[in-house]
Amino acid sequence: MEQLLQHLVNGLVLGGTYALLGIGLTLIFGLMSVVNFAHGEFYTLGAYAAFATLALAGLPFFVALVAAIAAGALLGAICERTLLRPLRGHSIDTIMLVMIGVWIAMQNAELLAWGGVARAIPHPFPTAPLTLGPLNIAPLRLFVVVTAAALIALAWLGIHTTRLGTAMRATFQDRDTAALMGVPIGRIHTITFAFGSALAAAAGALLGPVFLAYPSMGDLASLKAFSVVILGGLGNLAGATLGGLLLGVAEELGAGYVSSGYRDAVGFVAIILVLLFRPAGLFARAERIG
Amino acid sequence: MLKRVMSTALVALVMLTLAPAGDAQAPIKIGVIQPLSGPVAASGNYVRMGAEIARDWINARGGVNGRKIELVIEDNKSDPKEAASAAEKLIVRDKVPAIMGAWGSSMTLAAMPKLEEYGVPMVVETSSAASVTKRGNPWVFRISPPSEMEALGLEQYVDRLGVKKADFLAVNTDWGRGSIQAFGDMLKKKGVQVGAAEFMEQSATDMNAQITKIKATGGDTLFLTTAVEQITLVLKQGQEQRLTRKIVTTGGSSSPTQLIKQAGAAAEGSYHIVFFMPWFPEAMPDGKLAKAFVDEWNKRGNPFEGLTEGFRGHDGISTIVEAIKLAGKDEPKAIQDALWKVSFTGVNGPIKFEKDGPAGKESGQSKPSIFVVQVRDGKVALPDFMKK
Repeated sequence: MEQLLQHLVNGLVLGGTYALLGIGLTLIFGLMSVVNFAHGEFYTLGAYAAFATLALAGLPFFVALVAAIAAGALLGAICERTLLRPLRGHSIDTIMLVMIGVWIAMQNAELLAWGGVARAIPHPFPTAPLTLGPLNIAPLRLFVVVTAAALIALAWLGIHTTRLGTAMRATFQDRDTAALMGVPIGRIHTITFAFGSALAAAAGALLGPVFLAYPSMGDLASLKAFSVVILGGLGNLAGATLGGLLLGVAEELGAGYVSSGYRDAVGFVAIILVLLFRPAGLFARAERIG
Repeated sequence: MLKRVMSTALVALVMLTLAPAGDAQAPIKIGVIQPLSGPVAASGNYVRMGAEIARDWINARGGVNGRKIELVIEDNKSDPKEAASAAEKLIVRDKVPAIMGAWGSSMTLAAMPKLEEYGVPMVVETSSAASVTKRGNPWVFRISPPSEMEALGLEQYVDRLGVKKADFLAVNTDWGRGSIQAFGDMLKKKGVQVGAAEFMEQSATDMNAQITKIKATGGDTLFLTTAVEQITLVLKQGQEQRLTRKIVTTGGSSSPTQLIKQAGAAAEGSYHIVFFMPWFPEAMPDGKLAKAFVDEWNKRGNPFEGLTEGFRGHDGISTIVEAIKLAGKDEPKAIQDALWKVSFTGVNGPIKFEKDGPAGKESGQSKPSIFVVQVRDGKVALPDFMKK
């Protein structure tokens, strides 16, 4: 029983970070129909931005998080303006290929800039875990989950309560009509891509200190983000959040009670089942964002 | 007419100068396959640095058979598929007569069929899975210890380590699975209880599920088999869950100095099986060589934590060059024959190949020296039982 509780806590903590990765991706796909293979690279970018501010410049953790978000948003915006905007209206396959190119270019740039050796990112939290009866959780992880939840809530509020959010949702529902109503589609796309990338970078800055920073860390992150989006349904924010938590718990329980060698397989079996029986995603209702 | 003769002469001249001018002066190429990027990149880069020291030392002494050596280094990206294509590229395009590689057992095993296909020998510098020398590939010569050899090397210390009930956590590769098998067999023979045997993917970063499970077995020792990056994560996450165990890492890729740096207090008290002790080089079989290697490594500004991995590159390249010297030429078949006659002392200790694997198709296996060190007070120390 104690073991089960610890597994559930581990799974929820892990799932919270999966959710943060997933919502950025689901937003970009839902709004722009861009399959963003470079999503994991923005995660890596965030981790290295945190490394630079924390380890090299010696600034506080909060600054590192802001720096990572800024770096992600900036590079995301540049990426959209220079690569995606000229391709708007092209087939989804063309854009997919371009994004694969961005993925390869960014990963190799990271390798060139930082080298292949993993970096440990220092953090200000005590390493001794908080203990509640039989349960242990590291303060840093608790902070990561709380921040992730806050960012997810902020993203949700931004999309549902602001004028910009309304414009984003309108664009998603019907691009042409939205344009006729005076929504600046180009700017909405740039902001969406920057926003999604910034969320990935934030995830990188939060998780970098928990794990290690290395150039290929984004591959696993991309894989998890895609899994979360498939579980939750494309363009579905609440779905991605729940999908993330579900994937985290499924992997954790699979590793704990089935076999740790098949940990990743458990997640993918869940995805296959979802695709078979609920192809639009576990939490799909009508096709809309939010 | 004159014009035509002149132009023909010119063409002939150009062709002559462009044609390879014999091979007497061209350097001898040696292929190197290492993970220079991907999850185990740190280790691969350290091996490369060690190989470069061997190359520079050998060339400073005038090379081998009057020719310099040149390393052709390929990145296998920590991926078995890439290891196989790297081997093919080195053999077919660069025409190397011998290779050193490919760090991980799964990468080495993936590259091995290419050696047999083209008939080129490979010196295996790191891989620990038994299968590397048991597959019946006569082009494979291993200078690193297979897990069985490592387990036997540890056997004499099991009682003094106080192991009563052991659990295992290993990377889900040929190396990790082979290691659990080998150490499990050895411990069972010693009457030690064996608890959980857990695995993690090579790219996995969250091992909390495995740690929670291991915690529940109530054992006293955890045998941990993976590269330094994942060891760092397991130590840190073990600390987060208050896992109180003796931790023994196997495979020699733990780099205790890097662990102290990156895992901090979480590394305290852990034991590490290593094949080189750069903290006390004078305690190595050839103290002078070991000391010179450490000094050269530091002089180059290479990170100290890489030495436990870097010596492999030195010993691997030295082994190949020794064989080229004995063969007197740089042909793959001649080098393969000569590898059987190699006998010298590297940084790790004596290197000499014995036959291993199915009769008639044996691979070469050297018998390396094995040491145990412990992290104590944030430093690497000889455990009390290792002191003479």
